[in-house]
Amino acid sequence: MMLGSETRDIFYNGLWKQNPGIIQLLGLCPLLAVSNTVVNALALGLATTLVMALSNGSVALIRNFIPNALRIPTFVLLIAVLVTIVTLVIQAYAQPLYLVLGIFLPLITTNCIVLARVEAFASKQPTVNSILDGIAMGLGITAVLVTLGALREVIGKGTLFSGFDLALGDFARNWTVTVFPDYPGFLLAILPPGAFFGLGLLIALRNALQSRKA
Amino acid sequence: MSSTPSVARIMTQVLVALLPGMAAHVWLFGPGILFSVVLCASFGLLFEAAILKARNYPLRPFLGDGTTLVTAALLALTLPTLLPWWLYAVGMLFATVVGKQLYGGLGQNTFNPAMLGFAVLIVSFPAQINVWPAPATLAAYSLSLSDTFEMIFTGAHLKIDAYSAATPLDSLKAHLRSGHDAASLIGTQLIPNLQARDLVALSYLLGGLYLMARHIITWHIPVAFLGGIALTSGALYLIDPSHQAGPFFHLIVGGTLLGAFFIATDPVSAANTPIGKLIYAGLAGLITVMIRSFGSFPDGIAFAILLMNSAAPLIDAYMQPKVFGHNRRHLPGDKS
Repeated sequence: MMLGSETRDIFYNGLWKQNPGIIQLLGLCPLLAVSNTVVNALALGLATTLVMALSNGSVALIRNFIPNALRIPTFVLLIAVLVTIVTLVIQAYAQPLYLVLGIFLPLITTNCIVLARVEAFASKQPTVNSILDGIAMGLGITAVLVTLGALREVIGKGTLFSGFDLALGDFARNWTVTVFPDYPGFLLAILPPGAFFGLGLLIALRNALQSRKA
Repeated sequence: MSSTPSVARIMTQVLVALLPGMAAHVWLFGPGILFSVVLCASFGLLFEAAILKARNYPLRPFLGDGTTLVTAALLALTLPTLLPWWLYAVGMLFATVVGKQLYGGLGQNTFNPAMLGFAVLIVSFPAQINVWPAPATLAAYSLSLSDTFEMIFTGAHLKIDAYSAATPLDSLKAHLRSGHDAASLIGTQLIPNLQARDLVALSYLLGGLYLMARHIITWHIPVAFLGGIALTSGALYLIDPSHQAGPFFHLIVGGTLLGAFFIATDPVSAANTPIGKLIYAGLAGLITVMIRSFGSFPDGIAFAILLMNSAAPLIDAYMQPKVFGHNRRHLPGDKS
């Protein structure tokens, strides 16, 4: 299947040009809080992607029936329902992961990137495009989350992919890659300041690449 | 002052003023401090050169201004002297690259670079950092030059208990936790090597008075900082003498005098208005004692100064001296 130019634009916007994590800087709270290991980052990123695809799609479907004055409460209500479903599914099938991600799963409801895409895109666009936009933006934030998670995990603990068994069960127990053996650990990278330093460096890197291209 | 002295000349004066402190350190704790100052300075210059190159800045004027050397000396003096070399490297990386250059270089840095480096290390490597050498007079084993060299570069831990000792602040905290009475602790063997540290502290005082005499710093920040510490610890002592150490102890231990004269006075990151300086330094002293008395870290000077660094621009904005001829104080946001 050839990708239409419209679809390509949607993905280019979500993953690079308007990346929610490093360009729009929306939804930073969970981004900074949960990016301490790759598995946490990936899990929250995919959960957010799922919620964004579903919420964009459902809002686009009913966009012509929502009274303009009541649109924000309607969106929030819809998003909250979807988040509840995703949270309960994760709690049922990946209980350890649910315990690790904790409050940040229900808080996807208040993640402003979800509401921003619903308001800016899905309420004005056809359903299929909206779902694609939700997926593209979600993958964009997942990419930033995972990069930041990998950075913080390697620098902070000297490992990669530790704890994947939380998400996937026992067969992933041996996936942990020890990058630096006998690493003393660099606590700052795991603590919240490490997230700010890491995100700042990623934004700087992105800007440097952009200005080199221009 | 007849003319505005250059940054390099001010920094030279600061380095000169640090000499008595370093000399006392060498005399009392052995030559380790020389190694750590040289290491910090080399790493600092190396990282600074790399980042200046990346930013397309000329190396000579920025490396030659001496600020990196002052930062290195301050970081080395606040850290234990016998750490493995890579800890000094990490500290200087954060001090010069993150603390100074990423903010835009000297004059743009919100935070004191040396304290930023120190805070990163104490938060990230608490176990490695808490190996403070004992004064030579008390240590059961005195380190030769080659021992010192080996410790720093190979990380060999020779006889760790023979040359290291808890700092007065550390042991005060430990003994208070185990139910001792503060008043009975001070001046006894339980709080070791207080006298040796007195001498180092007093030599910082000497250096600080020299800086004041040369008009490099004004009296405001040291006086307000020491005053803040004395008042806060005095008040705590009056409330609960059995768990508080009292003002004299707080003034002499840890990095109090180094902080008061050399760190809190950093002209870039401190407040710059006369009243602003008093508020800035007084609150830094208060926070220092609060962290020492109630926090989990042994000394709070670095955190107190970094916190007040972030408040300094706001303090300055509200404490601008009245311009002659105006009878209304201008607040930020005022139009006219």
